[in-house]
Amino acid sequence: METASHTTSLAKERIKMDVQNLNFYYGKFQALKSITLRIPEKKVTAFIGPSGCGKSTLLRVFNRMFELYPEQRAEGEVKVDGENILTSKEDVALVRAKIGMIFQKPTPFPMSIYDNIAFGVRLFESLSRSAMDDRVEWALKKAALWNEAKDKLGQSGTSLSGGQQQRLCIARGIAVKPEIILFDEPCSALDPISTAKIEELIDELKHDYTVAIVTHNMQQAARVSDYTAYMYLGEMIEFGDTDQIFVKPARKETEDYITGRFG
Amino acid sequence: MSTTAIPPDRADYRLPLHRRRKLVNAIALALSLAAMAFGLVWLIWILWDTLLLGVKGLAFATFTESTPPPNAEEGGLANAIVGSLIMVTAATALATPVGILAGIYLAEYGRRGWLGQVTRFINDILLSAPSIVIGLFVYAVVVAQTRTFSGYAGVLALALIVVPVVVRTTENMLALIPDTLREAAVALGAPKWVMIMRVTLKAARAGVVTGVLLALARIAGETAPLLFTALSNQFFSLDFGQPMANLPVTIFKFAMSPFTNWQELAWAGVFLITLGVLALNILARVLFRQKN
Repeated sequence: METASHTTSLAKERIKMDVQNLNFYYGKFQALKSITLRIPEKKVTAFIGPSGCGKSTLLRVFNRMFELYPEQRAEGEVKVDGENILTSKEDVALVRAKIGMIFQKPTPFPMSIYDNIAFGVRLFESLSRSAMDDRVEWALKKAALWNEAKDKLGQSGTSLSGGQQQRLCIARGIAVKPEIILFDEPCSALDPISTAKIEELIDELKHDYTVAIVTHNMQQAARVSDYTAYMYLGEMIEFGDTDQIFVKPARKETEDYITGRFG
Repeated sequence: MSTTAIPPDRADYRLPLHRRRKLVNAIALALSLAAMAFGLVWLIWILWDTLLLGVKGLAFATFTESTPPPNAEEGGLANAIVGSLIMVTAATALATPVGILAGIYLAEYGRRGWLGQVTRFINDILLSAPSIVIGLFVYAVVVAQTRTFSGYAGVLALALIVVPVVVRTTENMLALIPDTLREAAVALGAPKWVMIMRVTLKAARAGVVTGVLLALARIAGETAPLLFTALSNQFFSLDFGQPMANLPVTIFKFAMSPFTNWQELAWAGVFLITLGVLALNILARVLFRQKN
């Protein structure tokens, strides 16, 4: 099936990630079928679609997370700044440091708030104590958690509330200074107020980072993203300007999903 | 009106089944309480007898003097207590790293591969092997070759009992850590060994330590593996090359003897071991609860 795409504003963007003809397999099952799309730099790109459509799978190809599981396999090209990360000789750890990921459930490590953030930084940089203090403060401020956490940096990361934990994970991801941040349904375990905070944060983050977000929540996609991709059964059905996708989708399937007639 | 509606005069239609269910509930509860009481009676009886007879044989000399000859006025268990402590400590120190490393392999690397499956299977056999088999094995491999019972052989036999327990608990505790935590560490660019050492093993720490403590408690009272390996020694000795005194074998020897002073010391030894094992179990529980 041919992907319907709108050429309006995407043509003017600088492309950060160029996905060409990507196929993905769980064992024998093909979960992604010939996906092609271009993710613009310093914008928010949302992936929507019914459960099982492959949107999370796609995200997990972007940072090669699938390689943890031997039966999973990807074919095709995922070019970041022109370099295909699926075949590049660069160590996978360096690829992942450049492409951060925030998960559905908050995953604070069993250590202090401070060490949670320092963990990733220490992998690639040996900072002095004061430089690390600055980095931790910077990351927590970026993730809008500094005011709540500054007096308890030594406390366990698990002592925070769910929404705070998720912002801690975002701070942790930002602290290693990635270029791209992938969000895999980051709000599905959170209450509406925490969700609103995360959405505000995503809006802030796009000034510095390229953001891709998978979400079940179409309103969320409409609120936070500049571009939206609609996927169904492992295929990219439509990709384009968020406003256009939601107001005037090119394909009938997209319209049915967005208006709730399907999904 | 729907046909399933109940007329007001039959509103108590629920009662017969409800009464029956309450009766069954009461019977089941009574039976489980009786079963619990049955178990507790024996346990309390054992503890009570141990306490009563053990305290009688207990004196300051128990901790300062070595095992006496039959019918002597004085004497204690110092050589057996020290021998047990150092052999149990050495065995745990030897077996814990091996067990934890193997447990890490099973949980983090060999989940599905054939090597993991085989290791897991063999470990399960070792876990349920009677301790007398392990004692005889070490006898054949070490004692028969060196032609002497020795502390080394005792330590090896005890270590062989600890290893499978630690392997099992380490693997189980690591398996409880959700994969999302592993993915989160890897997503930051952490290599696998950093993820294991700094995240998953840390998250499973309380459970792993508990497993080690429980294994320690188990070997503290093992007699069979020491009977063929460290044997016993009526003198105080810290030489691992020689037979080494220890509480379980001393208790075995003294309790079977016709001499009153030996029998009293056997009870004192039983009391000390029970106390030690109890303390280890409580410590393990406290540690595990703190974590959760």
